[in-house]
Amino acid sequence: MGDLAKEFVTTYNYWVYIILMMIGLYAVMVKNNLVKKIIGMNIVQTAIILFFISIGAKRGATIPIIAHGHNGGEHAVHAADYINPLPHVLMLTAIVVAVATLGVALSLAIKIYQEYGTLEEDDIRTQTREE
Amino acid sequence: MKAFALIIVILCAGLLIYGTSDFPPWSDPESPASTHVSPYYIEHTIEDTSVPNIVTSVLADYRGFDTMFETIVIFTAGIACFFLLRVTKREDHESRLYHHLVTGVTLRIKEGGKLPDESEEFRRVDTEWVPYSLIIKITCRLIVPFIMLFALYVIAHGHHSPGGGFQGGVIIGAAMILFAISNDLRAAILRLSEKMATFFCSAGVFIYAGTGLLCLLLGLNFLDYGALAKILFTDPVTARSHGILAVEIGVGIAVMGVVVSIYYNLSSAGKHDEGL
Amino acid sequence: MNPGQNDIIILMVVAPLFASIIVPIVGWRAKKLCYSLTILAVLISLFSSLITAKTVMNHGPVQYYLGGWKPPWGIEFYIDHLNAFIAVVVTFISFLGVIFSKTNVENDLPNKEGAFYSLFLLLITGLLGIVLTGDMFNLFVFLEVASLSSYALIAMGEKGAMYASFRYLLIGTVGASWYMLGVGYLYIVTGSLNMANLSELLPALYQSKTILVGFAFILFGVGIKMALFPLHAWLPDAYTYAPSAVSAMVAPLMTKVMIYVVIRVIFTVFQPEFTVDMIQATSILSWFGVLAILFGGIMALSQTDFKRMLCYIIVGEIGYIVGGVGIANATALKGAIFHILNDALMMVCLFFVAGMVMYRKKGHRISDFKGIFREMPFAAIIFTVGALAVIGVPPTGGFFSKWYLLLGGIEAKHWGFVVALLISTLINVALFARVFDKGLYVHGHGSDHSSESTDHSSGTLVQKTPLSMWIPAVIVILAILLAGIFNQAILKNIVQFAVPSGL
Repeated sequence: MGDLAKEFVTTYNYWVYIILMMIGLYAVMVKNNLVKKIIGMNIVQTAIILFFISIGAKRGATIPIIAHGHNGGEHAVHAADYINPLPHVLMLTAIVVAVATLGVALSLAIKIYQEYGTLEEDDIRTQTREE
Repeated sequence: MKAFALIIVILCAGLLIYGTSDFPPWSDPESPASTHVSPYYIEHTIEDTSVPNIVTSVLADYRGFDTMFETIVIFTAGIACFFLLRVTKREDHESRLYHHLVTGVTLRIKEGGKLPDESEEFRRVDTEWVPYSLIIKITCRLIVPFIMLFALYVIAHGHHSPGGGFQGGVIIGAAMILFAISNDLRAAILRLSEKMATFFCSAGVFIYAGTGLLCLLLGLNFLDYGALAKILFTDPVTARSHGILAVEIGVGIAVMGVVVSIYYNLSSAGKHDEGL
Repeated sequence: MNPGQNDIIILMVVAPLFASIIVPIVGWRAKKLCYSLTILAVLISLFSSLITAKTVMNHGPVQYYLGGWKPPWGIEFYIDHLNAFIAVVVTFISFLGVIFSKTNVENDLPNKEGAFYSLFLLLITGLLGIVLTGDMFNLFVFLEVASLSSYALIAMGEKGAMYASFRYLLIGTVGASWYMLGVGYLYIVTGSLNMANLSELLPALYQSKTILVGFAFILFGVGIKMALFPLHAWLPDAYTYAPSAVSAMVAPLMTKVMIYVVIRVIFTVFQPEFTVDMIQATSILSWFGVLAILFGGIMALSQTDFKRMLCYIIVGEIGYIVGGVGIANATALKGAIFHILNDALMMVCLFFVAGMVMYRKKGHRISDFKGIFREMPFAAIIFTVGALAVIGVPPTGGFFSKWYLLLGGIEAKHWGFVVALLISTLINVALFARVFDKGLYVHGHGSDHSSESTDHSSGTLVQKTPLSMWIPAVIVILAILLAGIFNQAILKNIVQFAVPSGL
């Protein structure tokens, strides 16, 4: 038990992202309303962003902008002083992708509402089956 | 279904947690992610690109190809929303509301009824009519220019502080949306038409990809901004800095266009007459 | 490597990219021009892929550093025999698909030509990018470009397409997210995103649990995208309801490209000693392949809709290729890689037939095939060739790839796969016999009269199948036959080298 507790304390942020992601996944699979499913999908993507950002953290380091300006640029740059910029870059991409997917998903939801008059999945299923 | 989903979710969570047990400790400066590739960016960004903001230099230069396709993803979403939602066939109008400015009376014109001409006397209002609020309109109109100015700052200052094309573009788009919400959709479309928004989407991406192609034509690899030194009359490092600015501007324009065009399509379900 | 020599590679992606940007603008003024621009862009892409393939065959793998940054810091295109081969398949099928799309777009999507072709080109760009890139995260970005455009394209099909596409979007996004998560797991313990670099760094970490989980999630994510049984649920609806031009393009390519990713991940990013020997992922995969083959076959038998039947055949065909990859010996892999080409060709062929029948008869149920041998003899010929290829009759390419898969299965003593392959061949015979039966032999007196009367009444409405549908169909049946006749040349010159080393 002590091991587990220790592990939880050192890596709790990863646990948090996993819990968050699973909430999203559950919503995608179980929720009946399409908009709630979209929200679930977004939670999944956000959880992954949290995970990547955690990778970038570095103890004792500052934001990844090299000190510059008056006399600032003349110091040698040590990698340990700045947090890892790569995950931030990747997540900028992931955020953009998430927004783009959200846009397409919402327009599909609007079209589905126009076609079936409802956003509840079971209603849509019954309507398709009746044909 | 619920039980099945719960089992899957728990299995996934278990697997993921099992995987975390070999993770390096959180925020460890000695972890592989912090020691293998990323130190190069931190240590060389100034001498390679003369951009102090490492995120910007990685985003737009070292991994510029990624970012180009990130812009393409946004562009795809814009085109996809248009493709899915836009209703081009003009059907017979639904019931509409008109405000008679002289008397202050609001008229409802039923389907098929004769519509008054757009003139000084009549002004069309949304069917789900919200009372005219002078305060909101004037406040937003005052704020919008400042928001846009700030957006330009965010784009231009991305080299030195958090910011860049995506952020700035979204802020301009948000300003446009604020205007559309505080007035109405038609007022926004009057100022930035749908075609103009689509043109901005394409133009922005074109600036990015065109910069890349220009580098190719000048004899270096695609997106190698160093090649721009020949036409900018600078050294390759400064040319890279300028190249990054060029693509950031492209990204800003594209994102702004896409955000606005998605808003137009989503808010009016593709009809572009009234919405939200 | 002197600069400029390999610039042709980047043209493969950049040509459709630029066209996709310009086409929506051009579409306002000159709708006709969209189609020609699209064809031109894909043609450039096709030539570029052929030249690249030739370079690779003559000089070995080529690299292209984007932005001039060396990997692992920058992003590279790394093209060996496998990529080059798949890239040619993708550009070739896209080229045919674009030609075919003309009538479909003009009839069913008026006023949206610009957006349609733009999305079509973006789909091609995305797929090519997935094939060419040598960077794990870049692959994700391309995957999203391809997926987003395919969601939108599929949604504009017949009734029901919207909902099918929505489900595809949800499942696909979760799949892509899982892929990204897997990449994150690899990144956290290696610090690299470049495939070649990862394959150097990973062997030291093969004992790590993180690597195992990362590998599993990459495979889950890609498995969803390629509709591997039991993750296939989105595929039949999405591809059945899609517009015929879109399903003719997405159905053969999307899944095949994802199988390429699986091969890449299993044999390049990870080495066979990890995936084959240590965790035996491949043998698990091969059993999923067996299940997919059987499930696809059985489900296909119970369908009354031609397109939906094809969708289940695709599920089965994915099973073939995944099974071949899972057996993981050189013969089976040769068969699997060669089958990617053949399967893409025969699926595009059969979806072309579905599109033609849809065009003439406004439906794609098997009952709509009634009497096509008389009414549309040409479509019937194309259908016959496609069907023979799926069954695996000698002069067609389908036979040879199946033969290698079978040999590989026997070599590995994987009897489950061998039996599944044979059963599935029988099922395919039965499947197509059903369609033949409808097309060829149904002409009782009653039905004869009714069909003729409908012919007369709608004779003015139904035009002949247009040239833009014929030409790609003729090319594709020729390609199927050529792939069969020159199978040794293809295998010896390119597929053989595409098989990962170490097997």
